[in-house]
Amino acid sequence: MTAPAARFDTDARGVAPDLRHRSIIQTAMAKYEVVRDRSQSWFQDWEGARDLAARTKLEAVGRLDTYLEQLVRNLEARGTRVHWAGDAQQAREIIVGILREKNARVVVKSKSMTSEEIRLNDAIEAAGCEVVESDLGEFIVQLRGEAPYHLVFPAMHLTRSEIRQTFEAKLRDAPSDDPEELTMVARRVLRRTYLQADVGITGANFAVADTGMISITENEGNARLTAALPRTMITLIGIEKVLPRLEDLALFLPMLAVMGTGQPLTCYNTMYGGPRQPGEADGPEEYHVVLLDNRRSALLADAELRETLGCIRCGACLNVCPVFRNVGGHTYGTVYGGPIGAVITPHLRGFKDWVHLSYASSLCGACTATCPVKINLHRHLLENRRAASHRDARWSYKIGFTIYAAVANSPALWKVATRLLRIGMSVRRLVNGSVLDPMRAWTRTRDLPPIAKQSFREWWRAQGR
Amino acid sequence: MYPQVAVSMVRIFEALGHRVGCASGPACCGQPAFNAGYWDESRKIAVRVVESLRDAEAVVIGSGSCAAMMKVHYPELCAGTEVEAEARALAARCHEFSSFLVNHLGVTDLGANFPYKVTFHDGCHGLRELNDKRPPRELLARVRGLELIEMDAAEACCGFGGTFSATFPAISTAMAEEKCASALETRADYVVSCDSSCLMQIQGLADRQKRSIRTMHLAELLARS
Repeated sequence: MTAPAARFDTDARGVAPDLRHRSIIQTAMAKYEVVRDRSQSWFQDWEGARDLAARTKLEAVGRLDTYLEQLVRNLEARGTRVHWAGDAQQAREIIVGILREKNARVVVKSKSMTSEEIRLNDAIEAAGCEVVESDLGEFIVQLRGEAPYHLVFPAMHLTRSEIRQTFEAKLRDAPSDDPEELTMVARRVLRRTYLQADVGITGANFAVADTGMISITENEGNARLTAALPRTMITLIGIEKVLPRLEDLALFLPMLAVMGTGQPLTCYNTMYGGPRQPGEADGPEEYHVVLLDNRRSALLADAELRETLGCIRCGACLNVCPVFRNVGGHTYGTVYGGPIGAVITPHLRGFKDWVHLSYASSLCGACTATCPVKINLHRHLLENRRAASHRDARWSYKIGFTIYAAVANSPALWKVATRLLRIGMSVRRLVNGSVLDPMRAWTRTRDLPPIAKQSFREWWRAQGR
Repeated sequence: MYPQVAVSMVRIFEALGHRVGCASGPACCGQPAFNAGYWDESRKIAVRVVESLRDAEAVVIGSGSCAAMMKVHYPELCAGTEVEAEARALAARCHEFSSFLVNHLGVTDLGANFPYKVTFHDGCHGLRELNDKRPPRELLARVRGLELIEMDAAEACCGFGGTFSATFPAISTAMAEEKCASALETRADYVVSCDSSCLMQIQGLADRQKRSIRTMHLAELLARS
């Protein structure tokens, strides 16, 4: 077992039986499901909307080169400086380079999973700058030195009292468990940071090719302050976030809101097209957009996997995934958790180290059923397993399934195996669930039914049929 | 492991006047290897299954999961083999048990009598690969004395998932715990499903945790008069 697989296994065994963790997630998700369903019902035809979204995204990634060039042309026409980053290291170097050029000391950042993907905060801190997360959830997990727990809800695993304790320990300011009061604490810290910050870094939800605009959606207004107050603004965005037309946002903004948080529309939807233009009162003096590949083009090159680039990072597949709900976001050990993470991480970060995530699923398909852009997620999990069987076959599986196929295909062997199993199972019952039990993986927590005395085929023959 | 399911199916179809045969081919559809990604091994079984069911007019499968395997996945699994066309033809003749009764035979009332409260568990593959949650409910609605109480998590996975249940036992068990909790909330006497493997998981956990859940396959229930 590789190190990430072993860590996943250990962490999953620790978290899954934790009833406190389970109840926190269940409570959060129960609320989400109610509002999501209500908001979804405002669409005249949700299934039609999914079809259209899937088609639009496929169109966008299918002609990614064209749309990216169009996007860049339009952005540059307004004075935006666009950078192409082939991988995480290049992206870090580009961004740190801008910080150095600006002699930045304080950086404020709004929510961006892509920045987590390239471990941007580490690079910024290594360059001697202070970086402060301005999204409330991200702010909290940053104080705790944790990774975001969920694509959309970074601190969903924490209770109010844990957040109060964190604020008490790190900020020496935590009047009560009251969410409003705690928010005001964060707000005081962040307001100061916005004014101090030399550079503001944002992620992005979409990039509109035909108008050359970066679309950012948020609920707290923190991204707007991150973008508007510092003199320099940087947006880091994966190349797959491109949409062909401005009008596509009419579909994608409500869809992202509904599936992400259950809102009909996110509170703030802002578009950024460039630095402050002549005659404009506010906005950054310089605007940089960093377009990140980081193996996305490898997904693009694969006809089957291409559709995974349609992901709008709404987190809906995490929310409905019984595995995610029981192991939690941190167990995945990688920035993109849940079904979409289990599908793409092996391709982004290495098959051998990460394909265990594709096995950690009952293939129930709840993710595929909910995905707003209709990514066939559980099918990709299966395809990843299939690829693993060719690339890094597990010998225990290979031998096991070879024997299994031989036995299943031979009535004589099947009969012998059934008999042996009957004897074996009656002996096994003596050590049921103990360390001596060869079926302990099952029997440690569950009983096994007794093997029937007569199989169906034996009954069939006994009937003289 | 659950011969009574197939025995019940035989009795039901014979009572309806059909002639039932038992194929002599493999007693497994090959899904465990397929779902683990070991398609070459799975294909060896699938080819033999396809050959052994050549003469059947209709193949009725007492498991939504195995039915999805044969209906949805056999054609792609057998593509490029000599049984490719046969696998496609077989897929069209394969039916999940409840769907066969309701959609193919148009039968919803089997005269069954089962004076209990029942909650129904949708197996994931019947639900999301075969896309039909109606047939079992239509059949249950006609059973004398039966009261169906839907659980909140009717469509949630029980956590079985084949080899998943043994390779990730902690996750699988947590999923079963949630399923059982939802079933218990309904105060139903029985959890009924079209998939024995789900029921093995649910019953296995309930027994270990001494929860008063009894499980029964739909075919067995419908054979009760």
